[in-house]
Amino acid sequence: MSKYLGIDVGSTTVKAAVIDENNNIIYKSYVRHFSKVKETVLSELDNIKTKFGGEYAVSITGSAGLGLSQRSGVNFVQEVQAAFIAIRKFYPETDVAIELGGEDAKIIFVTGGTEQRMNGSCAGGTGAFIDQMATLLNISVQEMDEYALRAQKTYPIASRCGVFAKSDIQPLLNQGAKKEDISASIFQAVVDQTVSGLAQGRRIKGNVLFLGGPLHFLKALRKAFVSTLKLGGENALFPEDAPCFMAIGAALYSSAVQSESIDCIIEKISSVKESDEIITGKPLFESKEDYAAFVKRHRATDLKFADIASYSGDCYLGIDSGSTTTKLMLITPDCRILWSHYQSNNGQPLDIVISKLKQFYKDSGGRLKIRGAAVTGYGEDLIKSAIKADFGIVETVAHFKAALHFNPRVDFIIDIGGQDIKCFKIKNGSIDSIMLNEACSSGCGSFIQTFARAMGMEIDKFSEKGLYAKRPVELGSRCTVFMNSAVKQAQKEGATVEDISAGLSSSIVKNAIYKVIRASSADELGDNIVVQGGTFLNDAVLRSFEIETGKKVIRPGIAGLMGAFGAALYAKENIKGESTVLGADELDKFTYTSMSAMCRGCTSKCNVNFIKFGDGSKYFSGNKCERGAGQKPASDELDIYAYKQRRLIDSVEGLRRGDKKGRVGLPLQLGMYEQLPLWAGFFETLGFEVVLSEKSSRELYFKGQHTVASDTACYPAKLMHGHIESLLDEGVDFIFMPCESYNIDEHCSLNHYNCPVVAYYPELLKANNERLTQENFLMPYIDLNMKKSTVKTLFAALSKYKIKKRDISYALDEGFARLEAYHADVKSKADEILWKAEQLGKQIVVLAGRPYHLDNEINHGINKLLTSLGLAVLSEDGIYDKGDVVKVDVLNQWTYHARLYRAADFVSKRKNVNLVQLVSFGCGLDAITTDEVRAILEHNGKLYTQIKIDEINNLGVVKIRLRSMLAAIEESNK
Amino acid sequence: MNENFTDYTTKYPKWDKSMKKTHKILVPDMLPWHFSIIEEVLKLDGFDIEILHNETRSVIDEGLKHVHNDTCYPCLCVVGQYIDALKNGNYDLSHTAVLITQTGGGCRASNYMPLIRKALKTEFPLVPVVSVNFSGLEKDSSLNISLKLFLKLAYSIFYGDSIMWCYNQTKPYEKIEGSADAARQKAVEYVVSKFRKGGYSKYKKITAEIVKIFAEVERVAVKKVKVGIVGEIYVKYSSLGNNNLEKFLLSENCEPVVPALIDFVLYCIINVVNDKKLYGRGGFSAFVYGLAYKLVHGMQKNVIKVFENDGSFAPPHDFEHLRTCADKVINQGVKMGEGWLIPAEMAALAETGVQNIVCAQPFGCLPNHIAGKGAVRALKDIYTDENIVAVDYDPSATKVNQENRIKLMLATARENNGRINN
Repeated sequence: MSKYLGIDVGSTTVKAAVIDENNNIIYKSYVRHFSKVKETVLSELDNIKTKFGGEYAVSITGSAGLGLSQRSGVNFVQEVQAAFIAIRKFYPETDVAIELGGEDAKIIFVTGGTEQRMNGSCAGGTGAFIDQMATLLNISVQEMDEYALRAQKTYPIASRCGVFAKSDIQPLLNQGAKKEDISASIFQAVVDQTVSGLAQGRRIKGNVLFLGGPLHFLKALRKAFVSTLKLGGENALFPEDAPCFMAIGAALYSSAVQSESIDCIIEKISSVKESDEIITGKPLFESKEDYAAFVKRHRATDLKFADIASYSGDCYLGIDSGSTTTKLMLITPDCRILWSHYQSNNGQPLDIVISKLKQFYKDSGGRLKIRGAAVTGYGEDLIKSAIKADFGIVETVAHFKAALHFNPRVDFIIDIGGQDIKCFKIKNGSIDSIMLNEACSSGCGSFIQTFARAMGMEIDKFSEKGLYAKRPVELGSRCTVFMNSAVKQAQKEGATVEDISAGLSSSIVKNAIYKVIRASSADELGDNIVVQGGTFLNDAVLRSFEIETGKKVIRPGIAGLMGAFGAALYAKENIKGESTVLGADELDKFTYTSMSAMCRGCTSKCNVNFIKFGDGSKYFSGNKCERGAGQKPASDELDIYAYKQRRLIDSVEGLRRGDKKGRVGLPLQLGMYEQLPLWAGFFETLGFEVVLSEKSSRELYFKGQHTVASDTACYPAKLMHGHIESLLDEGVDFIFMPCESYNIDEHCSLNHYNCPVVAYYPELLKANNERLTQENFLMPYIDLNMKKSTVKTLFAALSKYKIKKRDISYALDEGFARLEAYHADVKSKADEILWKAEQLGKQIVVLAGRPYHLDNEINHGINKLLTSLGLAVLSEDGIYDKGDVVKVDVLNQWTYHARLYRAADFVSKRKNVNLVQLVSFGCGLDAITTDEVRAILEHNGKLYTQIKIDEINNLGVVKIRLRSMLAAIEESNK
Repeated sequence: MNENFTDYTTKYPKWDKSMKKTHKILVPDMLPWHFSIIEEVLKLDGFDIEILHNETRSVIDEGLKHVHNDTCYPCLCVVGQYIDALKNGNYDLSHTAVLITQTGGGCRASNYMPLIRKALKTEFPLVPVVSVNFSGLEKDSSLNISLKLFLKLAYSIFYGDSIMWCYNQTKPYEKIEGSADAARQKAVEYVVSKFRKGGYSKYKKITAEIVKIFAEVERVAVKKVKVGIVGEIYVKYSSLGNNNLEKFLLSENCEPVVPALIDFVLYCIINVVNDKKLYGRGGFSAFVYGLAYKLVHGMQKNVIKVFENDGSFAPPHDFEHLRTCADKVINQGVKMGEGWLIPAEMAALAETGVQNIVCAQPFGCLPNHIAGKGAVRALKDIYTDENIVAVDYDPSATKVNQENRIKLMLATARENNGRINN
């Protein structure tokens, strides 16, 4: 008789299980493979051989097991199927099984219609995501678990992919939120992602079996699942064998497989060879001599040092409080480096700055005097108010200053840091255009770091390995989640650590050049390129950049400290009078306490962190507006967003007559943000009470999240699900949301389509929300340009209420009148703002997007941010008809997009007006419009700024962008 | 449009009808089944056509370099194929053009044309982009298609469909390896000879002959899991777009069921008629499209009859049946991209015994949010055992990830088969 063997090869671990003739599990193991898949499997097999010997029927399962199975000829079983078999055998009472693995998440509905779901290719929320977050917090996963168990509150964090979550977590860290709370929030995010992203409308109930490594080892994660799913103790099953469950399933499956001797199996696995399927590139360096010459060339641009032990006199301090690292630098008046420091900020940037300054004061023994100090970076505000620095400057300005020092003719700067990529083109001595990575494409420095750790190596050693890789693998150039699976594939195909390391370096460079800068050839970048940021200290990355661009670039020896250096230079050039920065004595007395609370100033309910310093001064963060800091908000008089928000709601006038035909619910999202006046007018004229859906908020989003069918759709669309829920809860007679292939023709484009999402979203809502029926959800197909057919269709749709056709027609006219009045009011308000801003000498920003970008939950209050920066705010619909009708290269066939082009034309011809384009993440159509809007603006010598928005609410990044833009405008006005 | 406008357009090389004599036209490999015939038809008409078969990684790399990151995958593949070919193919760059089809719908696919122009602009400033469309777009760059040629193309689609349909029902069951491929070759040669020598319009006879060629292939009587392929038109048919999905399914011991291209043509035609019905748009052109629909659908019915009379293979779907299927799950007003056709095909497949479906779509495809992934739940309410997997195609989505997903669907398929059969 033979035994049954199952081997589960996952993305990070190998699991094995042996079952004997009597169905007893006699062996199980769980080991990390550090991408040495074959070796790990072989060593497991050796263990089994020494322990039991004999014959086995064997099956391999798991995401990384497929290749191994194909090449060795060992039987393969899909992992979910393996899980199924094991569930049937050991936990037949299971209703639903949830499995989190290294890089995938799965739900198996066992009873009530078998169904199996796996995370989409753009969904983090898995073990790798947790690892990545732990790295970010600089703690082990185990510690994170312990922290989370002590948490008092949770913050909303996006877990759709690691990049998003980072943008949520970083500000929290910088604001000094507690690690306990952040840890718990991360686990909660994983739960939300699994429950909503995977279940997609199907409720998880009954006996739930939890499988996979993370759910076995992390108590806090278990706790979060159990409480979110509201499971009773007896309904939540956490099997002892959870980590090796699939291996056990595979072993059970093996009963249908021919058995063979263990030596034979070992022989088969050992014989597996590398395949030629992976695509490889050329080595970074042909020889050691090449590398030495390369190093020598770059050495030439190192700065000179001054000896802090002997130097006495003036110096200037620059601090770059970055997202993951804190950089400090002191320079002498002749720009020599006195002292510098670079440290991962471990989530405590303030503590690091204070302790380093203290140490500096001590070391300098009173011989040095800081004459000026400037702070830049994510943590700028906090550090500046804590140490009373003289200046706070935008990162982009700091980097430009620093680059100028190395090459006064610099025309292109690229900075790849831990979290972000920044590029600017320089024209006529000022920043001409800025490109920052959007949340999605940030395959930046910290990614390599996370990866190095996953391979069990320090980053330096890991990148060094890449220098002499013989066949660097091609890993594609998109977001980290994709790169993860590309690496997984390369490993499966037998690529070495060296090849992967070199491949990652080149991916990062390609990502920057083709995705962030989007250059079609290297010549577009300019002739005098300065590269900087900690990531470029990695020679493999630098080399890849030079190979890809075909240019020799300058990488200063202080590439990682350029922000701090630039800040110090800025302080040196701009300080007038005495510096206010804390001296040695004041620093010794420095203390602070941090607290967080929810601001109740408005419905945004910001989570405000507030830090009180020893001297009684306070610092607030996390607040969207001044209210959160206890101040009066900036006036919204010159903010058309604020005006439109009120004016739009006012178009629901209320019923004048007493008799009420019924209550109609209008979901205020997507197209309704434009057409509300029309439908409010229509229904109120007919005698219906108009009920609007709840105001958009994150809570509302969560309310409808379980019916979201496609998690890569845009946020406005996903929010719509919550609006529908709120109207259903409100108990309206019916919800009205028409389907419109065609928008209203405004006669400035070749066609006048809506985007597919705006046009047909009701179909998706109806198909995925079981509470919607023919009766309570009316979604007629109409074309508002064709009145006759519209009347006919509406007549049919409302037949239940027995309304005359004539009345429908009249009501529709009334609706159109209201819509026109709304448009007219918005336009005249825009005129007023234009005029007033001109009188006051204010800069104006046209915050251009789609009508639904008016929603504060979608635009995250960027309009308020703009007014707080002293700008007047307009929207595209207020001014587009002042611009010319334009002819563009692309097919101009969508109504809202045509407005964008005309608005851009208008802006490009006005001196004091600039344009910021809001783009929803996942909007495929804007992939087309953004390039056109940019072309129109740049054609007329204007700066183009784009802000990508999603459910993440990270105004910090947006603020940097807007301030950079302002700095550039100011510079060009000089 | 208004007569006063500011022109932000950039100059591009145009397709001049006389170029037919002087230019080679490169065509991306969008529809392998049909283009093998269409290539010959266009050549016989005097065009110097070449279908591109380059499928290396550099195709995708060139696409990534030249197309916006967020633009859909098909556009990237097409642009990549052109640029890779133009760079490495030794073409006379002052006498080469590239060709693309346009439907002119509300999906961004209608914008491929300008995006391709933009991609070619710097490196290949003399290469014109030629449009094949029937919506009156790109008047200064459309391929000169006579009515006769138009009809020939329509016939080619029918013949390509029939060959694909028969092949997919033969290949998994062939007794002698390679015999189905030999039949495919024979069928294509036969069809092309009809175009060459005349008699191409006798479509019933030709279809019968195609069926006969495949019916002669010896098949073994085993039961295999049938898997339908639906989705966005490019990734549905193009092996470059879908990582050789048909081949993969064959290697997994399945029978791939790929609905006919003519259904997409009928879908485009009927949408104009539907616009008239829903909104009163279109007037005369809707009337003409109505006639065209009757004509083409009539042909389809005859083709189906040929299959039924012969009995060797399951007949293709009737488009009217697809419309009935659509009405059960979605409104026929959803007409952007592949729109209602996707759920219609999924329903029709379920009703004809194909429970397992791969819904192929480019990552982030807007119409597919609604008509693809969005419709799955509604479908499962009606067809409880339908087993659908949505697979995203994208330059960085790895094959291993896609295949693992499909394998999961297949595991369920086999599970269901066992359960349903017992």
